[in-house]
Amino acid sequence: MSKFSLITKGLIKENPTFVLVLGMCPTLATTTSAMNGLEMGLATMFVLILSNIVISLLAPVVPDKVHIPVYIVVIATFVTLLQLLMQAYVPDVYATLGLFIPLIVVNCIILGRAEAFAGKNGPLDSALDGIGIGIGFTLSLTVIGIVREILGSGSVFGWKFLAGDGILAFVMAPGAFLVLGYLMVLFNKLAKK
Amino acid sequence: MVLCLTAVCLVCAALLGGVYLLTAAPIEAGAQKALNASISAVLPEGGELSEALSAEADGVSFQYYESRKDSLVQAYAVKSTTGGFGGPLTLMVGVLPDGTVYNTSVLSHSETPGLGAKCDQDENFMKQWRGFGPEKKLAVRKDGGDVDAITASTITSRAYTKAVLQAVNLVRGFSGMPVDAVSGATKKTEE
Amino acid sequence: MEILLIIVSAIFVNNIVLAQFLGICPFLGVSSKLSTATGMSGAVCFVITLATLVTWLVNRYLLVPFGLTFLQTIAFILVIAALVQMVEIVLKKISPSLYQALGIFLPLITTNCAVLGVAINVVSKEFSFGGEAHLLGLGESLVYAFATSLGYGLAMILFAGLREHLAGNEVPKSFRGLPIAMITVGIMAMAFLGFSGIV
Repeated sequence: MSKFSLITKGLIKENPTFVLVLGMCPTLATTTSAMNGLEMGLATMFVLILSNIVISLLAPVVPDKVHIPVYIVVIATFVTLLQLLMQAYVPDVYATLGLFIPLIVVNCIILGRAEAFAGKNGPLDSALDGIGIGIGFTLSLTVIGIVREILGSGSVFGWKFLAGDGILAFVMAPGAFLVLGYLMVLFNKLAKK
Repeated sequence: MVLCLTAVCLVCAALLGGVYLLTAAPIEAGAQKALNASISAVLPEGGELSEALSAEADGVSFQYYESRKDSLVQAYAVKSTTGGFGGPLTLMVGVLPDGTVYNTSVLSHSETPGLGAKCDQDENFMKQWRGFGPEKKLAVRKDGGDVDAITASTITSRAYTKAVLQAVNLVRGFSGMPVDAVSGATKKTEE
Repeated sequence: MEILLIIVSAIFVNNIVLAQFLGICPFLGVSSKLSTATGMSGAVCFVITLATLVTWLVNRYLLVPFGLTFLQTIAFILVIAALVQMVEIVLKKISPSLYQALGIFLPLITTNCAVLGVAINVVSKEFSFGGEAHLLGLGESLVYAFATSLGYGLAMILFAGLREHLAGNEVPKSFRGLPIAMITVGIMAMAFLGFSGIV
């Protein structure tokens, strides 16, 4: 597989949200606005790239029986690293995303990529894979965030273009499921033609 | 096998310990800065700020700060917490010695995005607290008071009002003034 | 009274799946049949309550006294992973019939963010159930964890029931599978919004 396609496959063919349907919890919970979705995507991408690189280096030396615990420890370490850095330098973002930052540990995308890709490939390819899937995840979250923000608050990235309150349900829980459901339908229609 | 797992854990723990030491100072400084910003936002300018003090009213203990000018207290900044819609709502409330609210600011909340979370964004809601005098009643209009609630977020507005009332009562207590009963604010019917 | 508020709040008002978005992957993954949904709910119930008990103790007596709360995430996930393994082994020995019923779901639970989410929530978030905001004690934490997992089971079993009906219907091609499931959950979540404001 060419280096370029490693990056692009995460966008459509192996899109983590719409095709693989992984990591649904942050996808639904943090996309109340476009900005929140983007930030959550970037945070996940940070952990994904670093853990992919380290795991691809560790995989040849780790005995098969303990490889899952080792992967979990590595991922948890990077998540904690991210938590500390975010608390120190972007405390507002940390406060908004809240519980879903530590929960990156159990995001199936990350352990999934570790098992399916990083464990079997070199560090460079794994990093590219992390970037590709990370971009796909970030884009999906941002798109969901944009749709929910437009419908729910009449704005995009905080820029308000409609007066009034918007349809509040889209900012709240039901809107998350509905928007994701309809975007999946749209994605199916466009991608599987 | 065990060796490998132990080694990985040790390396990770060492790495995190290092980063923790590096980030501890900025985290602490950031929290302090946010607190100071909220205090200065709710107090008149030019006073000399005291250390954190604590006092009790109605069996609840409050943390507050005094701002003095020419050794006279010109205002208090009171940290006040109540139960909002999604969890605790913590405010910093600036109160003048006569019980007039100078300004308020939100320290932390877990209200619904787009609804109660507007309590620190909605201009009209935030603006009304500036100079909210003792002649007006600290309760939302629905409960017969003078506070304009955030649209569709009565519970959050009630909680906010209650937090302000607690702070005002604390200051009134300092000056020996009568206090209003803290009531109605915990009533939860709709949002 | 407060215990009652915790229970109602955790099961209906702040339903873990429909309002807090935790544990969605297994919620979607094993809810196509009512019987598997019931099995998974039982296993989650068991593990969430047990994990909350252990992580609460670990946090209070190990992490807090030594100033290691920044290791919370890593410590909790390891505790949960070890716990799930142990439950699996013990269950196999003591009650093979229960193991038969829950066994296949147990490995899936380690990566169920509901377990880690509840464990982190009870030790770090202040709750105010009608009264003063405070951190939960051990007893309250356990009640909260158990009630939350009951809420998980409720949402899961209701959803599985709906999905079994969906399977027999003619659904437009692009909607088949997860999209229609997602929209169904959305409508369920809307129904659960009706509970908000009770507590």
